[in-house]
Amino acid sequence: MNGVHDMGGMHGMGPVEIEQNEPVFHSKWEARAFALTVAAGFHRKWNIDMGRYSRERMPPVRYLAASYYERWLFGLEKLLVEQGLAAATELESGHAKSRWGGTRALGVSGVAAYLSDRLKARLADDVPPKFKPGDHVVARNIHPVGHTRLPRYARGRRGLVDRDHGVFTFADSNAMSRDKKPQHLYGVRFAARELWGPDAPERDSVYVLLWDDHLDAA
Amino acid sequence: MSDHHQHDDGHVGEHDRPLSGPALRVKALESLLVEKGLVDPAALDELIDTFETKVGPRNGARVVAHAWVDPVYKRRLLANGAAAIAELGFAGRGEEIVVIENTPKVRNLVVCTLCSCYPWSVLGLPPVWYKSAPYRSRAVIDPRGVLKELGGEVPDDVEVRVWDSTAELRYLVLPERPAGTEGWSEEQLAEIVTRDAMIGVAQVTVPAGSRR
Repeated sequence: MNGVHDMGGMHGMGPVEIEQNEPVFHSKWEARAFALTVAAGFHRKWNIDMGRYSRERMPPVRYLAASYYERWLFGLEKLLVEQGLAAATELESGHAKSRWGGTRALGVSGVAAYLSDRLKARLADDVPPKFKPGDHVVARNIHPVGHTRLPRYARGRRGLVDRDHGVFTFADSNAMSRDKKPQHLYGVRFAARELWGPDAPERDSVYVLLWDDHLDAA
Repeated sequence: MSDHHQHDDGHVGEHDRPLSGPALRVKALESLLVEKGLVDPAALDELIDTFETKVGPRNGARVVAHAWVDPVYKRRLLANGAAAIAELGFAGRGEEIVVIENTPKVRNLVVCTLCSCYPWSVLGLPPVWYKSAPYRSRAVIDPRGVLKELGGEVPDDVEVRVWDSTAELRYLVLPERPAGTEGWSEEQLAEIVTRDAMIGVAQVTVPAGSRR
C-alpha cells in the first residue's frame, strides 16, 4: 500500500538524533508490548508479513505521531481480533468472555527455540531464478493496495542484479493470503542518479532486496 | 517529581506516576491475554530478559573483532554471514545475515525504509533513531548528509552504498579496523566496535586513553 510507512526519500522529517546510552526499552510498557507481540505470534495465527501489514494500516496521522511500540500495540490488537484470538469487546472491557482453547501459550523453555525460528523465510523449493547477477532489470511500476516490499522510490527504476539470495517466501502474497509463492530474492543495485536524478553523487547507489515478482528484464 | 527512586526493574520512578495511555492499554491487554491463556507472563519476562541482557551489539562486536584478526574467518563471514556468525555461538537465530565490508573506497549504510528490519541476533533490538522517520526517509536519498550530520563526512572519492533491508535478510556492516590497533587482542578490539559502526553511520575509532 502507498502508505506513510513507505518513507524512503521523503523530506521534512527532521534531523537524525542518536540517543547516547539508549536503553533497550524506554519504559516497562514498551518491553511488555514487545514481549506480548512476540509471544502472541507463537500461536501461528499470523506470519511476520501479516504483522508488518497490521502496523502499516495504522491511520497515517496516528502512525507519524506514534512511538514505535505504540505501532506494535496497534498492530497486535488488530491481529488478535482479525485472527479470532480475542474479541473486540474483550479488548474494550479488559475481561475474557472465554478461555482460549487452542494451541498452548509460549512457555519459558520454548523462548530460545521460538526466537530462532520465527524469522525463517528461506524455502527449500526448487524454483529457477528469472535473473542472474549482472542482469539489467526494471522494478515494476505497481501500486498494490495490500502489503508490498517494493518501496515507491524504486518503482519504474532500472537496476542491476547484484546477488541472487536464493528462494524465499514472497512477503507481498504471504501478508495478504498466506501464499508463500516461493521465488528468488535478489539484491538489486540502483544508481543514486537513477533514483534521485542528476544531482545525486555519481558513484553512490542503493541496494534493494526484491523478488522475481517485483522485476522485469530491462 | 523530587522523589524519583530506582525500582528493581531499573525504570526510574515509573510506578510513581499515573500510567499513560499506552501503558494502561498494554497492562489491560496483558491481563486479558493471560486470563485467556494466550500468553504466559513468565515467558514475557524471559523474552524481555533475552533482549535486555543476552542479545545486543556486544555479539556483533565479537564477530567484527574476530574477522579483523582472522582473515580466513573474514572470508567465510563475507561469503556466508549466518553460518560464520553461528560458529561463534550466536545461535544464528534463523536469521539470514549478509555482512558487507567497508573499505577505504566504499562506505556502507544500512536502513529499513519500510519498517525496522535489523539483525537482532548480533545487534539486539534497534535503537529509536533507526526506526524513526528522519533516518528512514533520509538514508536513501541523502546518505552523505546524514553521515555528515552525525559527524562523519564522506570524501567525494569514496563511494556510498545504502542497503535497504526490504526482506527477511539482514545486513551487518564490517567496519574498517582503525589504525593504531596493531597487536591488540580480539577482546580489546571488540571493546571499541560500536553498534553505530555496524549499522554504518559511524566508523570505529580508538578512544583517547585506550591505547595499549
